[in-house]
Amino acid sequence: STRRGIATTGRLNPKVNPGLKKRDELEDMLEERRRSSDARHALRCYAPAVYKGLAPREVSALRGAVLQSDALQHVIGQVSAECGERRELVQEEAAHLLDEMAHRLRLGTVRFFAYVLSKVFKTLFRSVRVNEEGVQRLQQAIQDHPVVLLPSHRSYMDFLMMSYILYTYDLALPVIAAGMDFMSMKVVGEMLRMSGAFFIRRSFGGDKLYWAVFSEYVKTMLRTGYAPIEFFLEGTRSRTGKSLTPKTGLLNIVMEPFFKGEVFDIHLVPVSISYDRILEESLYARELLGVPKPKETTSGLLKARQILREDYGVMHVYFGHPVSVRSLAQGRVKRSQYNLVPRHIPQRPCLAAQALVGEAAFRLVRLQEQAMVLRPWTLVATLLLQNPDGMDLPVLEEQAAWLRRLALSFGAFLDWPDCKPCREVVGAGLALHKNLARVSGGRVRLAVAETPGVGQTAEELAFDRAVGVLSCASYRNQILHVFIRPALLSVALRTANSSRKDEVYTCFNFLWTVFSNEFILCPGASVQDFEEACYLLGKCCAVQESQQDIVMSEGGHATLAFLRALLDPFLQGYQVVCQYLCKETEENLRENKFVPAARNFALQLILAGTLKCYEALSSDLQKNALAALVQLEAVTKVKVIPTQKPVHARL
Amino acid sequence: SSHFFRQDIMKWNGWGYSDSRFLFNKKGQGEFTGKRYRLSGMILPSLKDWFEATFGTSLQHKTPATPTLNVSAVPPPNLVEPFVEELKVAGVAASHDPEGRVFRSHGHCLHEIFALREGRIGRVPDLVVWPNCHNDVVKIVELACKYNVCLMPYGGGTSVSSALECPLEETRSVVSLDTSQMNRILWIDEKNLTVHVEAGIIGQDLERQLNESGYCTGHEPDSMEFSSLGGWVATRASGMKKNIYGNIEDLVVHIKMVTPRGVIEKSCQGPRMSTGPDIHHFIMGSEGTLGVVTEVTMKIRPLPEYQKYGSIVFPNFQQGVSCLREVARQRCAPASIRLMDNEQFQFGHALKPQVSSIFTSFLDGLKKFYITKFKGFEPHHLCVATLLFEGDREKVLQHEKQVYDIAAKFGGLAAGEDNGQRGYMLTFVIAYLRDLGMDYYVIGESFETSVPWDRVLDLCRNVKERIVRECKERGVQFPPFSTCRVTQTYDAGACVYFYFAFNYRGLADPLHVYERVEHEAREEILANGGSLSHHHGVGKLRKEWMREAVSTVGLGMLQSVKEYVDPNNIFGNRNLL
Repeated sequence: STRRGIATTGRLNPKVNPGLKKRDELEDMLEERRRSSDARHALRCYAPAVYKGLAPREVSALRGAVLQSDALQHVIGQVSAECGERRELVQEEAAHLLDEMAHRLRLGTVRFFAYVLSKVFKTLFRSVRVNEEGVQRLQQAIQDHPVVLLPSHRSYMDFLMMSYILYTYDLALPVIAAGMDFMSMKVVGEMLRMSGAFFIRRSFGGDKLYWAVFSEYVKTMLRTGYAPIEFFLEGTRSRTGKSLTPKTGLLNIVMEPFFKGEVFDIHLVPVSISYDRILEESLYARELLGVPKPKETTSGLLKARQILREDYGVMHVYFGHPVSVRSLAQGRVKRSQYNLVPRHIPQRPCLAAQALVGEAAFRLVRLQEQAMVLRPWTLVATLLLQNPDGMDLPVLEEQAAWLRRLALSFGAFLDWPDCKPCREVVGAGLALHKNLARVSGGRVRLAVAETPGVGQTAEELAFDRAVGVLSCASYRNQILHVFIRPALLSVALRTANSSRKDEVYTCFNFLWTVFSNEFILCPGASVQDFEEACYLLGKCCAVQESQQDIVMSEGGHATLAFLRALLDPFLQGYQVVCQYLCKETEENLRENKFVPAARNFALQLILAGTLKCYEALSSDLQKNALAALVQLEAVTKVKVIPTQKPVHARL
Repeated sequence: SSHFFRQDIMKWNGWGYSDSRFLFNKKGQGEFTGKRYRLSGMILPSLKDWFEATFGTSLQHKTPATPTLNVSAVPPPNLVEPFVEELKVAGVAASHDPEGRVFRSHGHCLHEIFALREGRIGRVPDLVVWPNCHNDVVKIVELACKYNVCLMPYGGGTSVSSALECPLEETRSVVSLDTSQMNRILWIDEKNLTVHVEAGIIGQDLERQLNESGYCTGHEPDSMEFSSLGGWVATRASGMKKNIYGNIEDLVVHIKMVTPRGVIEKSCQGPRMSTGPDIHHFIMGSEGTLGVVTEVTMKIRPLPEYQKYGSIVFPNFQQGVSCLREVARQRCAPASIRLMDNEQFQFGHALKPQVSSIFTSFLDGLKKFYITKFKGFEPHHLCVATLLFEGDREKVLQHEKQVYDIAAKFGGLAAGEDNGQRGYMLTFVIAYLRDLGMDYYVIGESFETSVPWDRVLDLCRNVKERIVRECKERGVQFPPFSTCRVTQTYDAGACVYFYFAFNYRGLADPLHVYERVEHEAREEILANGGSLSHHHGVGKLRKEWMREAVSTVGLGMLQSVKEYVDPNNIFGNRNLL
């Protein structure tokens, strides 16, 4: 029925064009810091506007409110009955869990950070540009409703910067959900705690008590408007520059007080943080290639001092429009479903509510993506990756200019100075990223070694090159969200048996499904995405649509070829994973063995010269491919022993 | 003739007695006319400022009502001649006088009054009949069945659920059955403390007559000046002093109702029975869809020896609600306890009459100083509970102490008898105030719900905010007056009353905006665990939510009762189902 829908609905609604979206101006917030005293900034009178009717609350009062809450007391009673433990002991355990988790926001620490970070940020960044209209909107939102801040997550810098910005603009400081890994950095962990971070264990699936303490802690803060709550929808830092599939656990928790009528509304504020250069650039590439991530230690962070000597260009922070949970739920979730059970008793939300939260999560991540400021370098990196043998500088400049036009027509939030000549803009990007691209003899190419260094094995060389490619890819990945839908359509146009729309859609939908873990594609929105892709490709005159058919236009070749090439590394990478699974002879493949084995398989192909695509080595891609295959039921997961999940290959 | 007595002293297009109304005099001062109420004849110096500031209105901009009913606008009656003839033979009074028909064509919903003020007359009953006793009703119902005439029982006419509106789709002759002449107390049984009364009696008459014999029913709904016993039964009414005397379902011992199938009643007056589902509960709340209640036996109590008003100021609404909850938990609620929010507290202040002496105003100033400065209450957060204690003197004083002790735990300060008494007096005059608003571009309404204790605060906040937001979204220029009070406490919850009003200048279709906002407010109530109605009933106004409120099976049960009792839909007001 969807297919028929496509053929007949024809033209899509015009609101799809994201290029028409008006975006706010960005101002450099460091400018003021370069002109006046950091100490005075840190010590200045800080009196943020707070949620209406909010009585200032001590951290200890919050603790008491959580521990004595009906919801937590209910679960404590349950747990105590289930495991035959005395109630007081369970209560103590809950208090212990809360203390391990809770933030201890103190203005003194915040002031200390405000001072230190002023220094650090001024050293690292040329400027930090913020949309001040967004800040004003946020300020209003904080006074009207409980607010949840949802920044994108690319770097450890993210939440430091968030708090720093809010402090600077005299906004209420957020409390931030952070992963437990920070806790191992004793001093820093405590410092972060005192600046508003609270710590969650990475996995606590079955632990009822932990879940109760955690969710009640978050909800209590939200209900009372105690402070804006900040967390990362993506769950962790994206190592690839692409947004990660959102996790819905915390979003579920923060939306529940609205569903249960405990607050009138909740405002979700997507925040897009983008970097010219990410501090963790090569670290991420190594991680993706299986070099284990160094444990976060304080001394490790101190070693990072050398980082301070480098130039990280400009950082952009864009506060999006608040999204009202009430508006999202309007007509979708019946709040009266909670009428018949006391609200402190945990109740599984209805399917409609679950679906809503899932959709909202994707929508918010897309809003983050769309407001990420893209720098010209991302276009240059894209072109360089498509031309591994290098490009003549004038050709690169010309193609970059072409790509700029294409990206803008697709609605990219591209920060390309209009007044400067293309040569200068491209040159500036190349200069900032000289570790990734080299210019010699008028030719530009990725800065990867051609021949093995002294004492370097072929394997080591391959990994070395892969680090370069993946680092560069992390910049290209930043613009993929602009091109992904037209790119899927371009490939579909090539693979479909005919130009009939429904056949093209079938191919599109297949690719869309395969890559639904790789890119932010909202579940169930493949028809919309198809329409958007048709619209965008039609708009840039790459395809022509008729009632029944969709065909490439005469001048559309370059655009479609470029878009296909954009997907090429992913197609190849997924193929490699499939090949590997087909060849894998072991009947039961342990899940934790999959990535190293697949990587090794890809490495062998590269060493043999049959595979040129270094991105196939990326563990991120491999995991996404596996998830897609599981979803498509080409592979099934079987639980054998409760602790280890093997993957049972059935291709 | 005596049939028209009430109609002659009451407004045809507004609330209550014709002689009693609010107005702004030539000096711009608020004033309440007439002699019937404590506030009558008084000057209200702060009303104008409060009114203008709350609604953003100016006394310059008036929207006066059509002064008299344009009789020619009333549609001619659709009469079934043989029916009218046989009524005459049976000796039942009847009239198709247009004014009388218009008078019985509406309740007091905003849209009903608004239309009348504009001189718009919709479908009205074709005939009014005045049965004199139970047997007259039996005769009328028989004839209605015989000639397939639609009957709509009419008691006091205070409905706020569109229950008295003639259904537009009704093509038969519509006859308004006015019970006002069946208003006698038939007997008082002092051994069992019961009274047997004809159902047309008006609340204040019943109470006054019983008082003469040293008794009372204690049933005092806010509308008791005008509403009838039969109406209370038909809508499941609730009285202010239900904590002592109970709601109508607790007060009723026996009901006689005439239906198209015949007369329904129980065979004895036993105080409680286990004889299957209580048939009284099919009658109570049937909203005139099954028949006419003609006679009721009710419990009575000796008049209380002593009455005392009281009031408590709380630092905020939340503390006030917690206090009421605790009072309910300890089951020590006085005859009445009501909690107004801050907006209503300020509204109450605006209705303070001119103080007669410098001393009183000095005392007022001192009180204000004590509460806001010395006790640190925030004037924009504090709220007030009003109390009424009843019983023998000693117990009342004891009871009073108990309640004030509980209040103190929630930061409550006793604020005097006067404030309490004024609060209850306002209950009766507040309905007059809407007419004043309508003279100056302000329309408003009240509505109620009941809700479990743990959701009271959330519901109040969310509904008030929803009203504000919906008004804004629908182009209302000035923020609406959106306020609530908790008017009754129960073991498991409370009754909450909302008032909302707004300035409609600049709106093309203010009634439509108003209706949408009320609709959304009701949605919000239901979403927050509130009931469809605590005591106003469903009528036609809230019918759309009945299925959701009582489940499909529940609705089917009610429908099947209707089908059996009244298969030809003689009682065709189309309320409830």
